[in-house]
Amino acid sequence: MIAASIPTPHVDWLALSPALALLGAASVALLGAVLVPAWVRHVFSAVVAGSGFATAGVLAAVVYHRTPTATFLIAESMSRDRWAAVAQILIAGVGLAAVLVAWGSGRREHVGEYYALLAAAGAGMIFFVQAGNLMTLFLGLEWFSIALYVLSALDTNRERSLEAGLKYLIVGSFGSAILLFGAALTYGSTGQLGFVPIGDTPNAHDPMYVVGLSMLLVGLAFKASVAPFHMWTPDVYEGAPTPVTAFMAAATKVAALTVMLRLLTTAFPQQERLWGIAVAVLACASLAIGNLAALVQKNVKRMLAYSSVSHAGFMLIAVAADNALGGRALLYYLVPYAAATIGAFAVVTARERELTGEVTIDSISGMGWERPFHGAAMWVFMLGAAGFPLTGGMLGKLYVFSAAYERGWWWLVVVGVVATAVSLYYYLGVVRAMYMRPGSSALRVAPAGGSPPRDPALSLAVAISLGVTVGSFFFVSPLIGLARHAASSLLL
Amino acid sequence: MLTTLLIVVPVAAALFLWIVPLPSDYAGPFAFLAALVEVGLWAGGAVRFDYAGGLQYSAHHAWFSDLGVSYHVGFYGYSLWLTGLAVVVGAAAVGYGAWVQRERARAYFGLMLFLTGSIVGVFASQDLLLFYAFFEAMLIPIYVLVGVWGGPRRVAASVTFVIYTMVGSLLMLASIVAFGISQHTFSLVSSGTSSNDWIFLGFAVAFAVKAPLFPFHGWLRQAYTEAPPEVAAVLSGVVSKAAVFGLIRIVLPHFPKPVSDFRSTILVLSAIGLTYGSLLAFRQPDIRGVVAYSSLGQMSLIMLGIFAANPLGLDGAVLHSINHGLVSAAMFLLAGMVEREWGSGEFARLGGAARGRPILATMLLTAGVLTLAVPGSTNFAGEFLILAGVFRQGWGYAAVGAVAIVLAAMYTLRVLSAVLHERRGEAVTEGSPDLRFEQLVLVVPLVALLLALSVSPNTVSGHSFPTTAAAYGTPQATGAPSVAVLQLKVTSGHLTK
Repeated sequence: MIAASIPTPHVDWLALSPALALLGAASVALLGAVLVPAWVRHVFSAVVAGSGFATAGVLAAVVYHRTPTATFLIAESMSRDRWAAVAQILIAGVGLAAVLVAWGSGRREHVGEYYALLAAAGAGMIFFVQAGNLMTLFLGLEWFSIALYVLSALDTNRERSLEAGLKYLIVGSFGSAILLFGAALTYGSTGQLGFVPIGDTPNAHDPMYVVGLSMLLVGLAFKASVAPFHMWTPDVYEGAPTPVTAFMAAATKVAALTVMLRLLTTAFPQQERLWGIAVAVLACASLAIGNLAALVQKNVKRMLAYSSVSHAGFMLIAVAADNALGGRALLYYLVPYAAATIGAFAVVTARERELTGEVTIDSISGMGWERPFHGAAMWVFMLGAAGFPLTGGMLGKLYVFSAAYERGWWWLVVVGVVATAVSLYYYLGVVRAMYMRPGSSALRVAPAGGSPPRDPALSLAVAISLGVTVGSFFFVSPLIGLARHAASSLLL
Repeated sequence: MLTTLLIVVPVAAALFLWIVPLPSDYAGPFAFLAALVEVGLWAGGAVRFDYAGGLQYSAHHAWFSDLGVSYHVGFYGYSLWLTGLAVVVGAAAVGYGAWVQRERARAYFGLMLFLTGSIVGVFASQDLLLFYAFFEAMLIPIYVLVGVWGGPRRVAASVTFVIYTMVGSLLMLASIVAFGISQHTFSLVSSGTSSNDWIFLGFAVAFAVKAPLFPFHGWLRQAYTEAPPEVAAVLSGVVSKAAVFGLIRIVLPHFPKPVSDFRSTILVLSAIGLTYGSLLAFRQPDIRGVVAYSSLGQMSLIMLGIFAANPLGLDGAVLHSINHGLVSAAMFLLAGMVEREWGSGEFARLGGAARGRPILATMLLTAGVLTLAVPGSTNFAGEFLILAGVFRQGWGYAAVGAVAIVLAAMYTLRVLSAVLHERRGEAVTEGSPDLRFEQLVLVVPLVALLLALSVSPNTVSGHSFPTTAAAYGTPQATGAPSVAVLQLKVTSGHLTK
């Protein structure tokens, strides 16, 4: 009787279910850290987190299937559309792969928290990509960021890890603060919180509005490690536990860039010329800085960090294009990018465990011959990142360039092409080290004729990443179909 | 179906080698068998090919339709011949690898077969993006083949090669995007023409690097010297012909205006490259250096034929591509055998090898005489057609070409006398044997094919383009504005459909 008399808002539980599933998994894993005996704790938490990601992915797929037209929920604070659903599927897939990579870590301390935080970070991202107003935007951003800060610093006995956590916390909070400030200015100028109402408010010439837009953009650029807001990236990627780095590198990009495109196209369609140029400039900066800095890196994780900055640049080209092709290009690009990134970090993880030390260009010499599967896989991931054929990376670049050309920005295509040419040197440098240099005998850890340490879960993650990197080349049409439906829900 | 099979068979064999843990001893024979199956498939296709018709053995499937990209493969006469060259040289190279028993056999032979498959893919592509994919895919095995199994300075050589080629092909990617988006399709069959100079230059530079054309030949000497000899054979014999295919299939028919605008520039550069390459070849201290720079010269000659842009020049270019491919493959394999036997290819350490080794002397002499285009040889036919074609663009080019033939005689005879005659070199040991059966099996087919072509060069030159026979008699063929004829010639397959 009472329930009937109090009006409650209608809640679309299905649309929220992917985030809730992961949140539930995080809670169970956290409880497990206390209640489950130590000897099964690792298996228990990993399985819970893994199944959380799997469930979230399936639920997101259901949402995708049942959402032909975009709708809003909870007082227009969240959106339910295919754009978010595709991003959520990607994030869930990345999370699952990260759990597989982490499986064989032999971690003893903070096991429950580790997987719980991983699931919580995933839940935050999944919530974030659905954000429909400035409040949920900030809430989602902080949600996954805080989880990632802690994850980066989780290896408390490693100075590098603590350093990474602290740096990420300070720089990340700075970015979040800028985003929050931008949100406040935008709200102050328009009196609206929702993206769509903001976009409908005609006040294109209000400086406060424009400053708000730029600060929102900068805040997201911090998260996507877009140059010149990327300074934290190499240190954090290097210091954080490698499975966490893999998750951060792939999933944070998915979340930040899909949200960036959503925010810019729905909340600021009138400023399209302005932010188009701004994003294009950021893209050029990321391509230049990321690629040039990656050239001189000796540590593979740092090299991959700068490479991720340069990939942010490529994806920003798609954002800057602001057309239907650009939306498709962004979502498609993220698929091989995420797979190659997870895979490359997985191989680095395996090498790290084998050497019990940091992985540099020197310490992977000869690895291709010693560990044929991981070597060949790493080779494919590097080719994928460089945009060679037989990997989706090539078609991702094609789509991104096509989008920019369709917009009429041929110079952006030229910048992208030059950046790709530069990037070849360091991507092929990894191949060169693995296959063309003799392995140093000091590094040979397995006894002669001994087999490498077995880690089937990690190898499974590598195999899946390999399959996606190569498969996205051959099965473009279905992926592009998904991306097309997703982009159309943003009215691109 | 046949075209797809020609691409898939070597690639599938490569995957088999990589994945299935075959004992290393079986990898070489298996790969050689696969390469021979490939040759057989091609020969079967060549016999049933209708040389008067257009695009044949084609297969067409949509790949991703929003950009208008499809998997579309098939052969014209000239691309069928280039494919034949690829599979024959590929088989000889794999056989060479099996003979010298390369280390890490599964990886090595897999890469060789993968390379063959991607080259065939290049020659079969009828879609720009597919072409680009195969064009790039060739690079991956080459990079590793040179970098792992090459000579002492192999890593530098492979990095130089890849950077040169990738810069070229990325410019081409930009051009492909621009061309494809503005045409709303990437299909080579249904796209129209473009008069944009920048798009043209993107393609032109990519092919100029690949061929190579002066002044884009910086990678050539290192790559051809440091690569294993059989890889150098494929590189100079076949991979360089990807540029020939690209120019004939993409550039000439789709960019008629830029082609005629830039024609004299390219012809002058080709003439310079021809002379310069031939002179450098004459000055090289080792066999492979001579063959490397002679390749620069011969490819420049082929460029003269292509940009003569008339039926004579074009037929000559195709015929000479086949000739050069077979000759340079044979020369590189022979150079490899000499180096392997005596540990050096330097003329200072060689000499007098003919005494007691009649078979080696005969093979080297035959290949050499073919290189210098002795009248009656197929190389002579090719060069003659090219010079006759380019004569119509200006007698000066033909004069330079004729001089270069003399230079070719000089450098070839220098190789022959330095290796076979003169005093016995310190590296040439008294008792070292003549070529054996396993070696002959690899070289004799190449030389025999050249001799057969010498008997009937028209087999290739008369059967490369659908309208060739008719075009010789038509007034357009002798007149000046030949781009239209050419376009008809190259694309008549779909025009007549």
